[in-house]
Amino acid sequence: MTRVKQLCSFVLGDLLFGVEVMKVQEVLRYQAMTCVPLASDMVRGLINLRGQIVTAIDVRARFGLPRLSDAREPMNVVLSAGDGVVSLLVDEIGDVLEVRESDFERPPETLPAVFRDVVVGVYKLEHRLLLALDVERVVAPLHGASAVGDAA
Amino acid sequence: MASEDDDIMREFLLESRDNLSQLDQDFVTLEQNPRDHAVLSRIFRCIHTIKGTCGFLNLPSLERLTHSGETQLSRLRDGEILLDTHATSALLAMVDAVRRVLASLERGTGEGGEDFAPIIAELSKIGQAVPKPASEPAAPESGASLRPPPSLRPVPAEPAPAAVEAPAEAAPRALNVGDSTVRVDVALLDRVMNLVGELVLARNQILQYGAKSQDPGLVAASQRLNLLTTELQAGVMKTRMQPIGNVWNRFPRVVRDVAKACGKKVNLELEGNETELDRSIIEAIWEPLIHAVRNAIDHGIEAPERRRAAGKPAAGRVLLRAYHEGGQVNIEVSDDGAGINTAKVRARSVERGLVSAERAARMNEREVAHLIFLPGFSTADSVTTVSGRGVGMDVVKTNIEEIGGTVDIVSRPGFGTTLKIKIPLTLAIIPALIVTSGGERFAIPQVNLLELVRIERTSSRRSIETLHGVPLYRLRGNLLPLVFLNEALELPGPGAGVDAVNIVVLQADDRQFGIVVDGISDTEEIVVKPLGKELKALNVFAGATIMGDGRVALILDVLGLAHRTGVVSATRERAALEPASPEQTPGEARERLVVFRVGSSSRMAMPLEKVARIEEIAPERVERAAGRDVVQYRGAILPLVWLEQELLGEPPLLSAEPLVVIVCAERGRSVGLVVEEILDVVEEVVNVQGHGSERGVLGLATLQGRVTELLDVHAVFCRHDPGSFTRKEAAA
Repeated sequence: MTRVKQLCSFVLGDLLFGVEVMKVQEVLRYQAMTCVPLASDMVRGLINLRGQIVTAIDVRARFGLPRLSDAREPMNVVLSAGDGVVSLLVDEIGDVLEVRESDFERPPETLPAVFRDVVVGVYKLEHRLLLALDVERVVAPLHGASAVGDAA
Repeated sequence: MASEDDDIMREFLLESRDNLSQLDQDFVTLEQNPRDHAVLSRIFRCIHTIKGTCGFLNLPSLERLTHSGETQLSRLRDGEILLDTHATSALLAMVDAVRRVLASLERGTGEGGEDFAPIIAELSKIGQAVPKPASEPAAPESGASLRPPPSLRPVPAEPAPAAVEAPAEAAPRALNVGDSTVRVDVALLDRVMNLVGELVLARNQILQYGAKSQDPGLVAASQRLNLLTTELQAGVMKTRMQPIGNVWNRFPRVVRDVAKACGKKVNLELEGNETELDRSIIEAIWEPLIHAVRNAIDHGIEAPERRRAAGKPAAGRVLLRAYHEGGQVNIEVSDDGAGINTAKVRARSVERGLVSAERAARMNEREVAHLIFLPGFSTADSVTTVSGRGVGMDVVKTNIEEIGGTVDIVSRPGFGTTLKIKIPLTLAIIPALIVTSGGERFAIPQVNLLELVRIERTSSRRSIETLHGVPLYRLRGNLLPLVFLNEALELPGPGAGVDAVNIVVLQADDRQFGIVVDGISDTEEIVVKPLGKELKALNVFAGATIMGDGRVALILDVLGLAHRTGVVSATRERAALEPASPEQTPGEARERLVVFRVGSSSRMAMPLEKVARIEEIAPERVERAAGRDVVQYRGAILPLVWLEQELLGEPPLLSAEPLVVIVCAERGRSVGLVVEEILDVVEEVVNVQGHGSERGVLGLATLQGRVTELLDVHAVFCRHDPGSFTRKEAAA
């Protein structure tokens, strides 16, 4: 009897990512944003989530992917990360997928470091691979002193 | 007087009740780990506090009871004896007895007249038996052992009606601690506060739509919503408020201890107990106040012999005063000591390399006094033990500034020193100026704001000068460093169509600087929201807020911006750089005044501190009620005074031009003074000459080289706001 986990999936370029469904607070379509001057490229702006100020993280920038073409508006995946809430900007939202522990594997060594930093592992789905993301590690570079360096 | 005592009693009962409930848990913890020093200390402190207060409140039998408990607890704490079951029981019996006394006090029946001799006897037996070794912590079934043996329970147990002591004639006045107050989780209050913040924003949105709509129903409903929201906001804010008395209460003890340690005699006076501030601020000011009071005693008040020699009473006086003024809370710590020895402070600062010798020589007394706020002035072996005061004054300043406050110090040699602290009422909702730059909106907290300057494009090339690439503006003769917000924040510049340069003059630390923005919108009450920790490191933004249209706007951290752009250098000389004009003679106070024109030619001025705001009001908004002209202004009715008519006796001419109105506020009431135009804001030494012959004029003074009449704001106020007049008189 193998354990089953639920992951909320989303698409970024040609990659499929998943985050633990319990961490996902909600999914929103594109929201008007206020840009934060001097902040790192990863910070796309601030959105008003029913009175709470939420930082929108550009995951493409985090992975060094080119920006989404202007014609397409990214979606917000609002997640609780640590003691705060952040929103990840992604290309598309997928389904909630049930994955089996038995399909899990550590991330391959050949995966570029930017991905290996934030990916817990890979789930082998029937038709494609799903990268399981650690949310804390996605926003980690913004927390330390490095955020200042990025901004300056 | 009686009600004051009642208040103290109520406070004491509430506090003791909370402490006692903690005690039960503590005893449980202690039984399992009898050497837990932290818990023992906490229990000791609790009982000690109750005992101490008994002295004040004249509760002799409770005092005796707690005293004997305290004695044993201190032995336990010091490790002389170990807690065993017997000790626990005896102590718990004491706690129960304390509870019964408190209950009796709450009912208004005095101490209850119970005889505590058996309990005290039991307490004194603690530790006389051979203490059990610590390896055998008493009774694993601690629940059972916690109950005091029945023999210990005092015989006339239960409600202890104590009719014996209760005076027959007076029906016991119940204090009803439990009924009239509810203790609420602060997190819940914060959540309610957040929701109210949201409601304020939703209200703003509705008002915007309502203003555009022709539907009278919607307009009426939105106005009602407006009023209700304002009241609700005020109500919820009030729930977070605490009287500063809660802090004041702790000072008698501090003062006594410090005075004793310094070998001085000090009488403490407390004023403004009932002044209320936000909970979060109360917490934040405790430490700096302690510092300030300690300094006042240690370095301000002289030793008794020296005081007597100087012809002062042997006991020094420390006054803590709190009061509301202009939406802020003022706290003053005054002493009647020797004052700051500026010569020594000057010498010491130069010696320590805080300022250069020539600069120190040029500084006036006030500037020198401010040197004590410099970090580095506070190190040990400092001169302060003999003269000035300065230990940790930079800490006081930093702490107060962290919560958006300001610190000032005034000292008169031989007569004493007053430290003035101004802090905002709350941190949650603040007035702010909304500006735009590079297409983004930013909020600037009004506490940092000094004035706004607008230069027409045509003349701006001339007025903004550059010195080695650094833009400067001559503001009334002083050079004001400028920061272009677009550049500082790496935003796109303004379009070509901009017809004027807007300078927002700000205060950061002791320096003034101006930021150039693309546009200035309005002032608004904004709800301060924290930024996610991923943006904390930027240091340029103090938070964010949500505007009426639902979009987020960032709140500028003025100090952070100043440091980032380098207009306020982080070096230690910053205080010395305070813009002081050369003609200023030391000791003379400069005043900031608004200069305006009344009628066609009268040049008048009034103190800036009396001005709440300056508004342009469309003439059609003026309504007539109860024989006077009024306008609806910020949810209230503002009476208008036409200064032209008031002072010159000329009837006001109504034109289509907007009216220039100076809104003055005094004790929560406002009056709008209609003037012809605002000429300038000046900062000069004012020498009033002659007596005003006309009503409403204090006298004449020379400002900017021209003779100017000084408006007697108070007189005008009193004539037009009888309510404030009578109240003022009564208070005087």
